[in-house]
Order: sequence, then C-alpha cells, then structure tokens
Amino acid sequence: VVSAPDLAVGGPARDAGPADTVGGVQPRFVAAPRDAESLAQVLARCAEEGLSAVARGDGTKLDWGHPPSTVDVVVDTGRLAGVLGHSAPDLVVTVGAGTPVRAVQALLARSGQRLALDPPSVEATVGGMLATAEAGPLRHTFGAPRDLLLGVEFVRADGTFARAGARLAAGGALGALGDGSGAVGTGRGDGYDLGGGYDLGRLLCGSYGTLGVLASATFRLHPAPVRRAWVVRAVHNPAEVAGLVSDLLDSVLAPTAIEVDLPSLPVLPRQRDGGPIPGGQLAVLFEGSVEGVPARCQVAEVLLRGGVSTVDEAPVWWGRYPFSAADVALRLSAPVAGLATALYALRDAAGVPFRVRGSAGVGVVHAVLPATVPEERLAAALAAVRSALAVRGGNCVVLCAPSPLREALDLWGPTPGVALLRRIKEQFDPRRLLAPGRFVGGI
Amino acid sequence: LTPLLASLARRLRHSLGSAAVIADEAERRTYESDALTSHRRVPGLVVLPESAEGVQETVRACLDLDVPFVARGSGTGLAGGALPLAEGVLIVTTRMNRILEIDIANQRAVVEPGVINLAIDRAAGEFGHFYAPDPASRQVCTIGGDVAENSGGVHSIRYGRTAAYVTGLEVCTPDGELVRLGAGKAAEAPGYDLTGVFTGSAGTLGIATKIVVRLLRTPESVAMLRAAFRTVAEAGTAASAIIAAGLSPTALEIMDAPLPVPASRPASDPTAGRAARPPAGGDHPAAGAVLIVELAGPAVEVRAEAAAVCDLCGAAFEIREASGAAGAAEREAVWAGYRSAVASGRNDPYRWTAVGVPCWAGRPPCLTGEADLETMRLVRRAFDPGELANPGKVLPAHGAAAEGARPW
Repeated sequence: VVSAPDLAVGGPARDAGPADTVGGVQPRFVAAPRDAESLAQVLARCAEEGLSAVARGDGTKLDWGHPPSTVDVVVDTGRLAGVLGHSAPDLVVTVGAGTPVRAVQALLARSGQRLALDPPSVEATVGGMLATAEAGPLRHTFGAPRDLLLGVEFVRADGTFARAGARLAAGGALGALGDGSGAVGTGRGDGYDLGGGYDLGRLLCGSYGTLGVLASATFRLHPAPVRRAWVVRAVHNPAEVAGLVSDLLDSVLAPTAIEVDLPSLPVLPRQRDGGPIPGGQLAVLFEGSVEGVPARCQVAEVLLRGGVSTVDEAPVWWGRYPFSAADVALRLSAPVAGLATALYALRDAAGVPFRVRGSAGVGVVHAVLPATVPEERLAAALAAVRSALAVRGGNCVVLCAPSPLREALDLWGPTPGVALLRRIKEQFDPRRLLAPGRFVGGI
Repeated sequence: LTPLLASLARRLRHSLGSAAVIADEAERRTYESDALTSHRRVPGLVVLPESAEGVQETVRACLDLDVPFVARGSGTGLAGGALPLAEGVLIVTTRMNRILEIDIANQRAVVEPGVINLAIDRAAGEFGHFYAPDPASRQVCTIGGDVAENSGGVHSIRYGRTAAYVTGLEVCTPDGELVRLGAGKAAEAPGYDLTGVFTGSAGTLGIATKIVVRLLRTPESVAMLRAAFRTVAEAGTAASAIIAAGLSPTALEIMDAPLPVPASRPASDPTAGRAARPPAGGDHPAAGAVLIVELAGPAVEVRAEAAAVCDLCGAAFEIREASGAAGAAEREAVWAGYRSAVASGRNDPYRWTAVGVPCWAGRPPCLTGEADLETMRLVRRAFDPGELANPGKVLPAHGAAAEGARPW
C-alpha cells in the first residue's frame, strides 16, 4: 500500500485533492520533485509500485487530449524551474522544464535576446509548451518549438534519466552530451547540433507526456527585434483572408507573422455612416530595423488595400486562444492555400457561427464551437472537415471539449503511421504508466 | 556472390528488372565508399530501384533473407553514412530523381529521394522561391542524403538545417512497409514527430521514398560583405560583435587565408556622409583572415544591416561588397572558392570546427552513458527490431559499449 510520503523523494508529496484532476480523473497523489535526480526517483518509485503518472506544469493544457485511463500520481514540475545556463554569445539557453516561458523571456530580454516562441497559454511552462507542441504567431518565421530545441534531459517511465542533444553547463559553456568538449565557441553556424544519435527532443515535442517527463530543455535563441509594428486590416470571411495571405506570402516584405481573427459576431445592421461592419481582423507583424519596419509597413498597407492601419501594439487578440475550457476547441492544420476550403466545410457542417483565430500564414488556426452544439452534429462537422482536409493533406484535432463531449468525440482523428507510434510507445513505456490513453490511437 | 546474395539478386532481377541489380564486382567497387574515403567496403549487392515500390520490394527481399541493407544517394556524405556492407545490399536512390510537384501556393516541393538538392532550389527559383539548406555538395548531393544526415550549410546560421524544412515523408520502414510520416503540406500533425526523428537518422530507421520540403520566398535583396583583417582574432571579435548587436546574417564565415575570389568593385559605403572605405586594390594576400557576412531580406533592412556590419568591422583594413543582382556572380564565386578551399584543406575556416560532422563509419558518436544510448536504441527497436537498416551507424550494434571520443 502506497502513501504520499513514499513519493516524497527529494521533494514534497501529498495526497491529491479535487483541484488536481486530470481531464476529470482524480489522481491519488501529487509529487513535486526538486530536481532531475529526484524526478527520476519519483518515476522509479511509481514504476516499482505500478502507479500511473501525468506530468503537470502550470496545468494550462492538462485537460487537452483524452482523459487518461488512470492517474495515480500527478508529477508537479513547478520545482524543476529556473534558468540553468544562458550563453548570450552562443545564443543558447538551458532551462528547467517547470520554468514559465514568460520568465525565460524576461531574463533573456535583459541581454537583448528572446526565445522566439510565443505559446498562446500565457502561463505555460517550458515543459507544457513542448509536451503539447504549442506554438504562437512567431512560428511563421521561427518554426515550432521543436525547431528551436537543441537538447533535452528527461526521465523515462521506468525512472531512467536520459539526455539527447546539447545543453549548457552551469558556467554557460555549450557542450555536446558526451565528450564535454563543446566544439562551438562562437554561437554561429549549424554547430548547435552537437550530440550524436537520434533527435529525441523532437520526439518528445507534442508527445503529451506519454514517453517521458522532461527535466530540462536547451534552446537556440534569437536577437530581440529592434522595432515591431503590426499592419491591421478588416476582413470578413476566409476567402478574403486567403487572398490577402497569398499576396503577403508572394511579396518580398518578409512578415514575421500573419494572424487572423474572425469572430462570429451577430450580423449587425449596416452602420448609418456606411462604415464597415465590425468583424474580423488580419494582423501582420513586421520586425526589423528602425528605418526598415515603417517602410515595409507602408508597402504592406498598399498591398492589403483598404481599411488598413499600422499600430505599435499588437491587437488584443494577438497570440491568444479564442476559447475557454467550457468550449469545444478545434485546431485545424492545412496547407496554407487550402485553409479556407476546410473552414467552409466546417461552417457548412456545423450549422452554427463559430470563431476562428490563428496563424493564417502557416495554415494553423483554432475554431471554437459552443458546447451546446449537439454531439451528433459536432461529430458530423468533425467528419466533414477531416474529409475536406484529407484530400489536400491536413488534419483537425479537438484540443479540448467539456465532458461528456470529450468522451464521445474522436479527438485526434485518423493518424497515418499509428502502428509505428504505438511501437515507439511500447518501447518507451511498455507498461503504459505515463498518461495512458491520452494520446493518438489510445496511446 | 554468396549463395544468399545470389538468390536475392535473382529475386530482385525478376521483380525490378536486371538493369536495377548490379552484381558485377568491378561495378560494385565503384560504390565502395562515400566521401569519407578512408573507409571502404565493396557492397555485396547494389540495387537501384526506380520507385517507392521498388525500394519496398528490395527491403522486403532483404527482410525475408535476413540481409542487412544500406541506402545511398550520391555518396557525398563526409560521415560514412553510406558506407556499404560486404555482406549486405546497397540501395541506391539516384534513379528516383523526379521532382513530383512544386506547389508555390503552399510553399512546398514534393520530391523523390534521388533529386539533387540544387535541382529543387532551381525549380523553386523559377517561381521566386528557394530551398534553404545548402550543404557544400549541393550541386551533386541528393535530398534523400540530406534527410538522412540532416544536412546544413553556410546559410544554416539563419535558416537552419534540413530537419526544419522536411514537413512530410513517405518512408519504407525496415519491416518493408510504406508509411507516411508528418504533416505533408500542412504545418503540423498529431502524433509523435517521426519526421523529426527520421531526419538525421542516417538510414537506420528506413529509407525515405518521397519527401515534402518547405520552400521560402526569395528575399528581395542579398548583400555580401567581405572584411579583411590582419588576424583571425580580429575577425572573430567582429563576428561576435555582429551577433551581439542582434544582426541576423544569412552567413557568417571566417577564412584564415584569402580566398581565391575575383577582383571586385570597391565597397560602396551605404551610409551617406561618411568617408568611403579605401577602394579595393586587388585581392589582399596580406590579410590574415577574411570575414564573410551575407545579409538577405527586404532591401531596406539589408541596407541598414550592411551599414551596421561595416561599423562593427571597424578593425578591418578593407571591406568589399557584392550586393544585389549585380553582385550575384561574385557571391557565387566567393562561395565556390570557399567550398573548394574547405574541400582541399588549404583553408581552415574558423567555423569548420562547428560543422560537427559525426563520423558514423569508425566508432559511433560517443553519448554520455549507457542510459542515453539505450534510450536511443528504443527508437531503433521500434522501427527496426532486426537491425537490418544500416547496422552499426548512429548507434553501436547492440551490446557494444560506447567507447572513446568522437573521431573528428
């Protein structure tokens, strides 16, 4: 018989309360390991006792995915926080998994640098961002978290501590795991890729905690931009957005990000002054030099023709999710030129107005449907948008939905290569102790 | 041929045609190494499939007879990833060289693994786009090899390596299945990021039979500055200053001896009101080091960055500029000179230490400990439980200990 003190290895542990549920499943214990070593001890203890475990950062995305079939232990990564190393000349940082992304940015800003990732959940920890592959507007230029990840340290389901890629030593020296000689002294070139073997960091990105629990991550950094400005234009429907995005991608303006927000506002009577009906916005971020940004914004204003303004502050909706936990939140990922078709397919099948927001420039947007939509209709809408996406290549995932919809819907949708995914899981966690059932294909 | 390989050759001649199977020893010998010529092995059998199904048929035949196989593109790898096995099959992808689609609306190219890296770039160039990863051998190396080695080049400092550009793969796994991995032309897909793991796996997780890569819009303006310094240390200081100033050059290279580059125009000082730098008086054999800085983007940004770079290279005794379309030929000549200098070993570029080419052929790359290696092996076992795909590369064969330092 296990009790909370059994899990207090190198960090506190307690009995779980009602606030600790994961997707509605009540865990028994919460353990908060103090460092990587104690994290390994906690998971080793779980493995000995056959306890299932789910990692939790700030809990901002804990309910995403299917509810786990069992959760005995919530592993709180809050104490695995802090910047473990930062080498400004090398443009590299190593941080604990429980560190809030915001805190990392605040530290880097002092050196005129940034981690070019802007997860929409404001309180996201580094571990949570990586586990859900959460990316914001900056992905347009800098890619997803996996593209900036240089190395990871994590603990496997059996308590084995494992490392891959590069990390910074306490003194700030960048070293390949292994020889410690760290060939890079200049922070330049592609010499970042130091460790041998497979890129396990990429494997952990978007794995929803089903392969291991992250202890630390090492990222490539970028200089903070000198100047930023947003060109904002009123837009009214996906087709119009598609045309503008195409013009922008075809231009040489090199926007840092292109985001859209199409709220499902009630159709208002046309305003007396003949002004536009309040509706959606397309916002385009430009970053660069003091003289370059205004010049590029001017050209963009002409390109986007009509109803355009340039502002120094991001629109309020920029880089924020359009949904709350009470909504049904879909994420659509489509080839960028096929996004509008997918959205129209969803509209036609859903039969209700819904809000769309996201990275129109890379073809990843969120759609929010009210939880009041009947289950059959939601399922039909999902099927419709998935089949529309299947033609062109793309997918639609239900990020979160209130119970009982969550249990009823196919959240992940059809996934090619699922047999291979299961084999990976089978190798890393044969006893299915980490977030069992949460991921694709019942993993 | 051993009886085993002879029976394999018979089967493959039957299914793929006799032109696809090379059994003759003299012909096989031409495949005995890749660019890591210190390691040579004549492959037991060479197969040149022309389609994904041909690769699949070959892998299945190997699987049935328990014969290991190694994939090879143009054989330009410096890491020995395509070093053959005397008792195994070498699967050469060079006949799978079709560009299946250039989809500019979605900024993707869909290609077969034997397509030459530069061919993708050229095809995209007709539509104002480019393919960013540019290994030094891009005129001859295949995209399949780039995927296997996660290749990068001088422009990776800004654009990253191959892994950042592969959005989808069709792979023949070592158990003979054709599997689609990744998001295709979309940006993301649910599931473990197997394209990310496959890229850089040196053919140990299977053979890519179709590759979807991201294309980028060709920048409005490109500028190259070459700053001549007395010493490597001075050039290094300037390079560090450029990074510290928050500039994002598309290339930043230090050569410790002058490059064999054509005589150029004098540098035009982009900042009005400042004294122009001394005009170029031919090449500078006296330079102890040359810093090559390439900038790309909107013209207005490139002008601003070029001015900043000139300021940060204050210790240089001469700066030459090759900008815009007029400078394209000169830039290409500089990079050609760079590549040949590096290849000939005449030059020892500062950055060379950072390229980090792992040597698969000799000893395996040394990871920290057995736990790290064992974790890597989990991936290998999921894809290739029989260890038939390029055995011994990336990871030591099962049971062998990690030993020694990396050979480079």
